[in-house]
Amino acid sequence: MKTLLDHNQLNITLQRLAHQLIENHLNFSNTAIIGIQPRGVFLSDRIAALVQKITQKKQIEYGKLDITFYRDDIHQGIHVPRNTDIEFSIEGRDVVLIDDVLHTGRTIRSAMDALIDFGRPRSVELLVLIDRRFSRELPIQPDYIGHSVDTIITQKVKVYWAEQDKKDEVVLID
Amino acid sequence: MSLSVKHLLGIKELQREDIQTIFRTADNFKQVLQRPIKRVPTLRDTTVANVFFENSTRTRISFELAEKRLSADVVNFSASGSSVSKGETLIDTVNNILAMKVDMVVMRHSASGAPWFLAEHIDASIINAGDGINEHPTQALLDAFSMREKLGDLKGKRIAIIGDIMHSRVALSNIFCLQKLGAEVMVAGPPTLIPKYIRDLGVKVEYDVKKALQWCQVANVLRIQLERQNKPLFSTLREYALFYGINKQMLDSLKKEIIIMHPGPINRGVEINSDVADSEQSIILDQVENGVAIRMAVIYLLSGKRDLGE
Repeated sequence: MKTLLDHNQLNITLQRLAHQLIENHLNFSNTAIIGIQPRGVFLSDRIAALVQKITQKKQIEYGKLDITFYRDDIHQGIHVPRNTDIEFSIEGRDVVLIDDVLHTGRTIRSAMDALIDFGRPRSVELLVLIDRRFSRELPIQPDYIGHSVDTIITQKVKVYWAEQDKKDEVVLID
Repeated sequence: MSLSVKHLLGIKELQREDIQTIFRTADNFKQVLQRPIKRVPTLRDTTVANVFFENSTRTRISFELAEKRLSADVVNFSASGSSVSKGETLIDTVNNILAMKVDMVVMRHSASGAPWFLAEHIDASIINAGDGINEHPTQALLDAFSMREKLGDLKGKRIAIIGDIMHSRVALSNIFCLQKLGAEVMVAGPPTLIPKYIRDLGVKVEYDVKKALQWCQVANVLRIQLERQNKPLFSTLREYALFYGINKQMLDSLKKEIIIMHPGPINRGVEINSDVADSEQSIILDQVENGVAIRMAVIYLLSGKRDLGE
């Protein structure tokens, strides 16, 4: 087991990601942040709070998306869905999808399908905390990356969040 | 996370956790049904056959809609107008349908136990849409789901099932389902329509409908199933309505507000009056709405059990 990001490194990375988002989206007037259930939501909660703090905006559009019914692996096991919570129209918006780890790209493929069922965004970008390079099964690349790692298929990347796991840490498990 | 069973034959065989998993999943499907695009692509590789050997409006449309909202392909079969009238057996009929590469069978049959018999002989997952006077599991699930929406956790809640208990598969499935969720169950109606064995299931029995209404928080009123009664069990429908029918006056005299349910089809003026069926207390149409979400959940959760055969 190897620590990829400890508590301090994780916080610095989150700060950088929030600033990068603001750099591209300025005042977030047409931007919506959408976290992918279940684990991406811990990251999107943090990013949304940081963006709000830095930009001093009272409210930014922020939603959560469950992709269970859009998965392509239903016959490999059933997942119980979480809530989808998008209280605004995504029609014509610039959407930033957020997930913790980007691996095969299949989750993001499902998320894009799910998203399109809510309307036609003007653009969709992807923000991930960990990018597992060279393990993609679909042509999907992130626009904002917290940390890149080279991994083999048998390894696992685990992201711990204080809200649920009592600590902030990213580890690589062999 | 999936169900402990491969088929949904009866509530009797389900675990409490299964029922809760179905409810949690149905909560999400109910959300999906409120979106502008009410369809998800989950089951686009699945074909479901609705095989109905007995008449149905609600259940059949509800299943078909649930399947379509999940993007499954659907074939409908009804016994009238089919080769069943030429003498084809149940297994032959279903096997012929399965030979056309159908993955799941939703079946209604007038013979109690027919789905169990079928489950022993075919590989596809089977969902019982009502078998004779035995079980109607998806109805019980949507009933309990609708009660849960109004009352929260059903543990310790008092539910009365009123009417033709003897011929009702809804009654039996409801009893199993509500008891598994920890509710107290009473059955009420004329003695000739309440079978003696029902006490062995641990339910209260009451012959005075007024007393049952006073006791309960929810009254699930059942239809008088004249088509299943081969000898008269009460003298006239008018007499039944007089002694056992539920009207507004009765409800108003209770000094509390109870929830009124009915699985349909309603015999207006017999087991329930229009002023009750269409009142604020009635959640009959919520039941119908929830039926689609519940059936989507059941079909979704069972489809993971499918063997792809590679």
